[in-house]
Amino acid sequence: MAQHQVNSLANAGLPVALTTVDKLVNWGRTNSLWVLTYGLACCAIEMMASGASRYDFDRFGVIFRASPRQSDVMIVAGTLTKKHAEFIRRLYDQMAEPKWVISMGSCANTGGMFNTYATVQGVDRVIPVDIYLPGCAPRPETLQYAVMLLQKKLRKRSIFQKQKPKRLV
Amino acid sequence: MRPYRPKDNVQKKSYYTDRFWVAPRIPEEPVEDEIFKADLEKVQESIKIKKAYIQRGQLVIFIDAKDNVQTLKILKEECGYDILSEMSAIDYLAQDGEFEIFYQLLSMSKRKRVRVKCRIKEDAAIESVEPLFRSADWSEREMYDMFGIKVNNHPYLKRILMPEDWVGYPLRKTYPLHGDEAAQWYEVDKIFGKEYREIIGPEQRDAAYISTTDTCNFARIYHEVPRCADPNSEPEQIESFNEDAPLVETFDLKKSKIVDKTR
Repeated sequence: MAQHQVNSLANAGLPVALTTVDKLVNWGRTNSLWVLTYGLACCAIEMMASGASRYDFDRFGVIFRASPRQSDVMIVAGTLTKKHAEFIRRLYDQMAEPKWVISMGSCANTGGMFNTYATVQGVDRVIPVDIYLPGCAPRPETLQYAVMLLQKKLRKRSIFQKQKPKRLV
Repeated sequence: MRPYRPKDNVQKKSYYTDRFWVAPRIPEEPVEDEIFKADLEKVQESIKIKKAYIQRGQLVIFIDAKDNVQTLKILKEECGYDILSEMSAIDYLAQDGEFEIFYQLLSMSKRKRVRVKCRIKEDAAIESVEPLFRSADWSEREMYDMFGIKVNNHPYLKRILMPEDWVGYPLRKTYPLHGDEAAQWYEVDKIFGKEYREIIGPEQRDAAYISTTDTCNFARIYHEVPRCADPNSEPEQIESFNEDAPLVETFDLKKSKIVDKTR
């Protein structure tokens, strides 16, 4: 007698699930997006809140890593100053392909209220950005939504497809 | 204080700021305080004091720039002002061609504050007070970084806030808020090189910027077009509506009025 319940109507009674390699790999990839901790200003507080127990980013497979070599996504949370611009580029270059960038908050998107000489007017001047996340600062729900949008974007992508050269690369 | 004026009618006026209003000066009182008088006389024995007065209960002394270390030494060792709470410079280059450097001193035992001020020309250097007050170390570096004032005999005179290859001194009144050319292209020049300036383009500093030709990133203002459509495309001419819809009155385009101007 079978130890588990057999549903003989589905899959012709066989314990088999059919899928494509793309879907299988993307399923694994989208559910373990490791994020490079990149807190630059107050948006980092919201990013930390998203990682903590109330919003619990681990449910999405998002784990914060402190090393660019172990991460797939860079969440730029905060104001990028011109002094720091070369370091963000270096860390982006150190990330292994495939890699994605979420620009979090007004300052990272456009420079925000810091319309001055010392602030980079949008991180997309330095690194290519996949998702722009508005808000000052965005709530943790917004960051979760951005990650879900990124997952949606990844699911559409074939795994054999080379990552398209984005602007600035 | 400025007298209070009722602000009921503020919305109807185009502006309600008084253009001829001059900010009140903080009154300068003569040095009559016992403690300050004694300190001032002590300094006066060996230093030439240009001007001295009391402002908001604090003694202000104007001296020659070459006497700064000697003055601070007397105030620290003989008068007991043992904390340098703040020092920096003020840009008076447009007005007088000079910088004003101030040292704010505090005596914990006397519960008094003294401000020592001196003026130097743009290309002149000032002697470091770092041997007397350790807090002057970073303050003088900041002064060098932000105003370009050289400090003689400083242990480590290097930019403290801006990167080392920065051009210009940001806190001078002549420095533009959005940065000069070197500042605006700083990150592009440093990371990609100057030949990338054309590819990346200038900084977009207008917060309300809308492009009428870019249909990929902006909606058309007067009529909607599909995403990334030809920016010169005309809107589709709609001939008629609801011709065969039941129970709905046919919409007659001829009766409608098309507004040619928007607000």
